[in-house]
Amino acid sequence: MPSLGADMESGKLVQWLVKPGSAVKKGDVVAVVETYKGAFEIDIFEDGVVSELCAKEGEELPVGALLARIAAPGEEPAVPAKAAEEEPKVPIKKPAALKPAPAKAAPVPRPSPVPSRGRTKISPVARRRAGELGIDPDMLNGTGIDGSVTLADVELAAAKGMSAKAPSPAAAPAVRRTGFDPDQMRQAIATAMARSKREIPHYYLSSTIDMSRPLAWMEAFNRERRPEERLLPAVLFLKATALALREHPQLNGFWENNRFRPADGIHIGWAIALRGGGLIAPAIHEVDRYALPSLMEALRDLVARARGGGIRGSEMMDPTFTVTSLGERGAESAFGVIYPPQVAIMGFGRTVVRPWVVDGDVTARPLVTASLAADHRASDGHAGGLFLSAVDRFLQEPVSL
Amino acid sequence: MTEAEIRKLASEILSDIAPETDPAALAGGSDIRAALDIDSMDFLNFIIALNKRTGVAIPEEDYPKLFTMDGVVAYLAGSA
Repeated sequence: MPSLGADMESGKLVQWLVKPGSAVKKGDVVAVVETYKGAFEIDIFEDGVVSELCAKEGEELPVGALLARIAAPGEEPAVPAKAAEEEPKVPIKKPAALKPAPAKAAPVPRPSPVPSRGRTKISPVARRRAGELGIDPDMLNGTGIDGSVTLADVELAAAKGMSAKAPSPAAAPAVRRTGFDPDQMRQAIATAMARSKREIPHYYLSSTIDMSRPLAWMEAFNRERRPEERLLPAVLFLKATALALREHPQLNGFWENNRFRPADGIHIGWAIALRGGGLIAPAIHEVDRYALPSLMEALRDLVARARGGGIRGSEMMDPTFTVTSLGERGAESAFGVIYPPQVAIMGFGRTVVRPWVVDGDVTARPLVTASLAADHRASDGHAGGLFLSAVDRFLQEPVSL
Repeated sequence: MTEAEIRKLASEILSDIAPETDPAALAGGSDIRAALDIDSMDFLNFIIALNKRTGVAIPEEDYPKLFTMDGVVAYLAGSA
């Protein structure tokens, strides 16, 4: 049972998406685990073949408990080939190196190639309804946001008689239950934040950043593009922060055992308010390596999944830094509380048009307050100040983002 | 599209974005973003879906015209 954040003690295994004998590749979703934060898709960290499912569906397990055993690719899976006959609910990519299945198992249905984005996008309510009707969402033409399958698409398909398709035995339990519990989440936020304020000596810095250059650049970029290709200021903030972290690695990592451990990559947790109350901050991995359009896509996808279910376990496990952006209707600045064991959090307020002095003249400019809360055990204010200047410098060169 | 169709489409999209709300009950002149508590990402998703379903381009500088339900209806009825 993976730890999906420092405040998680146990999780409930809701559903297996693989069987003994399933070949899995790093990144494949193998199970759904439910915590008070909702349901998460557990993705796997290595290639191999599932040899044993140790945990049962519905079981509540402490963090660290054994869920399944994976045999390395090439190793003989310790299971009868029979299990491989049924195609798993979620298509799993077969590693090319995998031995051919024993003759007894033939013909093994070959999973269709999986698009890189994984499963069909579908709204939670539509997924539930599709499950009830025994409709395979993968067969539907989504007309919703981003081409996701909506409730209307499912109902339309049902009206056209698609439900005639016999529901596969796995279809009914495939309905995603979200375990999101606002009271429990409140409690967990209380615990994590109290620990943060008790243990972490925060220091706070802020800078006002003139957004006229980056916003003018973004408007020009967006003008020639269709809505789904357009950028939001949030993505500029995110990328500029990632590039500044490259220069200031002492803010990117963890405080553990009384010392700072720098992170291997820049995996930024993005704070997302949930509509039922509370918030989660799943990570986008290697933010510094994204081009802006693909980062925007990743962010849009992350927010949609955070609200609709489908955040991956790996996204909850390893944010190395957090960014909170209050957006266009928020307050003017945000001084965050560090999420332990991270050592810093960046806040962007609402962009406001205010008087600003340029070359000795007062002029109206769109301004944003960028603020940093950092752990004084891991870094000093001088470093924090340089980091904020670097964020500003990257924002002023939007082309370099 | 008729005005009623546009209103229905916009309400459908918004209830996908803010599932616990009833966008059909919105006052025509109230700010959708404040009334449904949606952020700029949600609003962009609203524009994306409107664009996909109606084919109307909706450039970014026109976004303020779509902040209310009456505005959405007027804008799309004039372009679609």
